[in-house]
Amino acid sequence: MFHVHGVTKVYQMGEVQVHALRGVDLDLYRSEFTVLLGASGSGKSTLLNILGGLDTPTDGHVYYGERDLTRASEAELTRYRRYHVGFVFQFYNLIPSLTARENVAVVTEIAKAPMQPAEALQLVGLDERMDHFPAQLSGGEQQRVAIARAIAKNPDVLLCDEPTGALDSETGIVVLEALQRVNRELGTTTVVITHNAGIADMADRVIRLADGRISQVHVNQTKLAPGELSW
Amino acid sequence: MKAIDKKLWRELWGMRMQALAIALVIVGGVSIFVMSLSTLDSLYETRESYYRNHHFAQVFASLKRAPLALIERIREIPGVDKVETRVVAYVNLDVAGFDDPVSGHLLSLPDNSPGLLNRIYLRKGRLFEPGRDNEVLLSEEFARAHGLQAGDTLGATINGRRKTLTVAGLALSPEYIYQIAPGAMFPDYQRYGVLWMARKPLATAYDMDGAFNDVTLTLSKGSSPQDIIDRLDELLKPYGGIGAYARKDQLSNRFLSEELKQQKTIATVFPVIFLGVAAFLLNVVISRLISLQREQIATLKAFGYSNFAVGLHYTKLVLMIVGFGVLGGVGAGIWMGKGMSNIYMGFYSLPFMIYVLKPQVIAAAALITMAVAVLGTLYAVRSAAMLPPAQAMRPEQPAVYRATIVERLGLQRWFSQPTRMILRHIERRPVKSLLTTLGIAMACGVMMIGGFQEGAIDHMVEVQYGMSQREDLIANFTEPTSLRALYSLRSLQGVEHVEGVRNVPARLQFEHRFYRTSVQGIQAEGTLMRLLDTELNDIDLPPEGVVLTDYLAELLHIQPGDMLTIEVLEGHRPTVQVPVVGTAREYLGVNAYMQREALNRLLKEGNAITGALLKVDARYQREVYAELKDMPRIAGVVEQKSAIRAFYDTLAETILFFTFITTLLGATIAFGVVYNSMRIALSERNRELASLRVLGFERAEVAYILLGELALLTLVAIPLGMLIGYGLCGYLAFRFDTDLYRIPLVLGMNVYAFAALVVIVSAIISAIMIWRNLAHLDMVAVLKSKE
Repeated sequence: MFHVHGVTKVYQMGEVQVHALRGVDLDLYRSEFTVLLGASGSGKSTLLNILGGLDTPTDGHVYYGERDLTRASEAELTRYRRYHVGFVFQFYNLIPSLTARENVAVVTEIAKAPMQPAEALQLVGLDERMDHFPAQLSGGEQQRVAIARAIAKNPDVLLCDEPTGALDSETGIVVLEALQRVNRELGTTTVVITHNAGIADMADRVIRLADGRISQVHVNQTKLAPGELSW
Repeated sequence: MKAIDKKLWRELWGMRMQALAIALVIVGGVSIFVMSLSTLDSLYETRESYYRNHHFAQVFASLKRAPLALIERIREIPGVDKVETRVVAYVNLDVAGFDDPVSGHLLSLPDNSPGLLNRIYLRKGRLFEPGRDNEVLLSEEFARAHGLQAGDTLGATINGRRKTLTVAGLALSPEYIYQIAPGAMFPDYQRYGVLWMARKPLATAYDMDGAFNDVTLTLSKGSSPQDIIDRLDELLKPYGGIGAYARKDQLSNRFLSEELKQQKTIATVFPVIFLGVAAFLLNVVISRLISLQREQIATLKAFGYSNFAVGLHYTKLVLMIVGFGVLGGVGAGIWMGKGMSNIYMGFYSLPFMIYVLKPQVIAAAALITMAVAVLGTLYAVRSAAMLPPAQAMRPEQPAVYRATIVERLGLQRWFSQPTRMILRHIERRPVKSLLTTLGIAMACGVMMIGGFQEGAIDHMVEVQYGMSQREDLIANFTEPTSLRALYSLRSLQGVEHVEGVRNVPARLQFEHRFYRTSVQGIQAEGTLMRLLDTELNDIDLPPEGVVLTDYLAELLHIQPGDMLTIEVLEGHRPTVQVPVVGTAREYLGVNAYMQREALNRLLKEGNAITGALLKVDARYQREVYAELKDMPRIAGVVEQKSAIRAFYDTLAETILFFTFITTLLGATIAFGVVYNSMRIALSERNRELASLRVLGFERAEVAYILLGELALLTLVAIPLGMLIGYGLCGYLAFRFDTDLYRIPLVLGMNVYAFAALVVIVSAIISAIMIWRNLAHLDMVAVLKSKE
């Protein structure tokens, strides 16, 4: 589904050049649950941003199906994000002025074949709190709204950047359960980046990044349920 | 330097652009404040100094003729300081190459001196040389209007005899700062001038050797003008005195005082609006600045700094920015104030200008600005410092929102999510939204003031000279004349219609209130002078009783049905009681009107008239004028229409300038409020909007959320602004009301449309700038940052 070939990303930070990615080759498959594991500065976020069409590589190519994302225009990238990608952020990024249901609706209103906002919220177990505003929800609940928002448009791929990074372990597990359920029931390709090695055990495949390169790829023979993870 | 103070300087440097933007707003507010008030103080001070140095008289009186010996008896009146007698004549003038009627006042000067009182200021040339009897000094404005220089000549009809006068020099006088012909409402430097001549030749020409017909005096400290006026009137009565008056009733001084009063109103209204808007922007920008420092405040507190120390730290930061703004504003204000004062110096024929900058003005501007800034700072610091440090260092909780009233009414299914975001954002910050709306509305209102003046003056002139006074020429006789004089006027070729008028100076009294004006006896059922009611319909003047200008009735607190006491200031000076039968709408001057026959009966005289109103075929106007000028019994001819035209010419420039200023001011305010509000909203909602971009929203869709709010607030602000504008204009019109003129509150559609247009254009320009900012939303940063 994704074919990443020789991707390099160099940032100019003042007078220093920072090599975030140094020639990454990678393939991602449909309906797969992948965990990108790495310490901070390993380049995992940069890779996720490039996959999500938020950033472009300095060198190399990223194919989404047949399409070369590295050659897409600003408007094409907007359409790509709009119709194909679901994002979940570390800090939720909900719209404070919209209720949980409306935060989902804000995306479904511009999508092509979305599910009902209520349905998406039900999937993440929030059917009771649909008409609450973000300020009235706990951190875990806010993150589950963010997941519902990301999946409601029936995206081809779900990209999650440290989705449990701001949560305690108990709430984190509830959020991961929601992600796993979506992956299992809807078959959405899911990429989760984290520095928490424990989460790796629930993935189909674990890709480790270090210093901008892929250092190890590991396929889990038996996946653990989020509740069984050692945090 | 302590570390925390170094932080202050570095941060100030780091946010220099933002600081500069804030400082500029302050510069705008403070400079207009300082400019307006210092210009006003300068005008007052200059007038005072001019009056003092040139010994401007405090009491004035005209009479028919009195022997010079009377001066001793005037001096004996207790409280009189200096006395000067003069010969004054109203003459027709002939300027080569100028065909319209020109009239002027010819004043005597003591031989070869600038005079004892009302001393002239010699601008160019020299005083008269002994023996040269035909030399005159011209008022500078009049000379400039005709391009006359020292050495040039002009013709004059002096006591029925043609004479050629040579210009010896140009002069200014405190008596004619505002140079206006008697009975006219507008200065017309081409058609009315002031001339000074040596006393001897002037007295000889008017048979005033050893006599005088005008006297002015100053008072010793602490004496009351009214007592002296009463004594002087008593003294001059046998000599044809027509009533003395105090400096406050002197024409030039009165016009100038009214103008200064208007300036004062404008000088208060504008800076208050501008400083108010600047204060609002300052408060908003600074609160935002401080709340962005939330984490730093928490860190400082974690190190053990007290709330007070943190508050002081940020107060210092803000005061530095404000300090720069105030300094710049005062500097710019002084520079603009000096420029404005110089413009006024030319406008009012002042020989010099003393620039006055009162410390109170600077102190007030600095205090208001600093107080607003410090309050905004402390409020923001307080809310940041209230949190325990650990909590403040965590990301801020989502802001609390709720469904809006419209939605709770069940209308939400009509709104998309972005529209709901707009509505909820406005409702969550009602005070801020209201202030933004109010700011834009103020801009709209300010703009209407410029257009209002123009429309109002048009209306004023249309009513006064289009509907009420419809004559082409007014001829004034040297003294009351028989009605038969009209026959000779009617026989002139080109004269279509003639009506006689009888004017008599009088003191009107009701209860303890009195007013000096003239009673005008006009022709019954005449067509050239018509009185109008409040709906501008003709009033039929009843055969008995008097009709007063509505403003005069208000001044005297008199109503139709009451008895008015009229003390005639001429001839046998009868005092009579006349019923008030109605009031008339007039925008210029205040008068009392009666049927001419009724007034004649009251004065116990036959069919006497003092002037004639003429309707003249436009083709013969020049000829008629030339013939009138040759009639010895006609003292002067007034042609209102050319005076209006001249007035319009000068006014057009002034109004254009004023409209330019108000438009600039309005547009600046509109732009400042809209752009700053949106800029702040953008930085506050940067994360939210970038998230939407990440979710696949296009730039236009994101812009809708931000700019839709702006559009909604602007649309609400415009009608509100029109209301404010109407109120401001009404306030100005009310404050401008004087017995000289009343400005009607007439606002045409074009005034409203123009104000709305400028606001909308300013909003669109801000929107374009915000649209460009939206291109730079950082989508990557937003995923990592926690606010």
